[in-house]
Amino acid sequence: MDERRFEITDQPISVEEVTRKVTRRECGAIATFIGTVRELTEGKRTLKLEYEAYKPMAVKMFAEIEREVKEKWPDAALAITHRIGVLEISDAAVVIAVSTPHRKAAYEANEYVMERIKQIVPIWKKEYWDDGTAWIGDQLEQVPYRKAVKKEGEADD
Amino acid sequence: MIKVLLFAKLQEEAGVHEIELEGSGRTVQSVKEQLVQEYRLPSLETSMAAINEEFVKEEDIVSPGDTVAFIPPISGG
Repeated sequence: MDERRFEITDQPISVEEVTRKVTRRECGAIATFIGTVRELTEGKRTLKLEYEAYKPMAVKMFAEIEREVKEKWPDAALAITHRIGVLEISDAAVVIAVSTPHRKAAYEANEYVMERIKQIVPIWKKEYWDDGTAWIGDQLEQVPYRKAVKKEGEADD
Repeated sequence: MIKVLLFAKLQEEAGVHEIELEGSGRTVQSVKEQLVQEYRLPSLETSMAAINEEFVKEEDIVSPGDTVAFIPPISGG
């Protein structure tokens, strides 16, 4: 698999394309997660979102997450594409595909990847509302940000 | 020279994405202090730091040629 399995793009994401990257003869399950732009958050109406990334570091962190996944689920294969730029309601912001021999690991690993993206990958979203804009941080996501960065050899939370 | 990168809210607060600073053998903390003096940057306090695309701690040393990125709370996904 020499194609790029971890990408940041300013173009619409093809779910099929991300899924294809993890399709293997030895897998019996592919779990695909699509993170989409939500219109209503606690009653507040989002008009659009803008995503920004520290691209080279984000791709490195995707690879770091893959290393973590391989430790927990050695037979898993992973591909992630995250979109940046301006996104409209219901656009796909991120697509995560995990393939494994059996389905349980695919579901579990996929959820793990999304959690870790929210903790260690330098990507930011800016909300646009009727009455203003704001860069969103982990204050809304309840992620213990400083604790989220694991050094090698440190245990899980 | 060291290159400093600012993103998202930090970039808006500074009005620039990239800053060049003098100095070698200084800590991430001292870089932060200089940035606060020159640009204020209220969001720097809650930001993480990375040197050459790896997360670091405030007491870590920045070398000439390094790229130091300050990463405000993230919100990918």
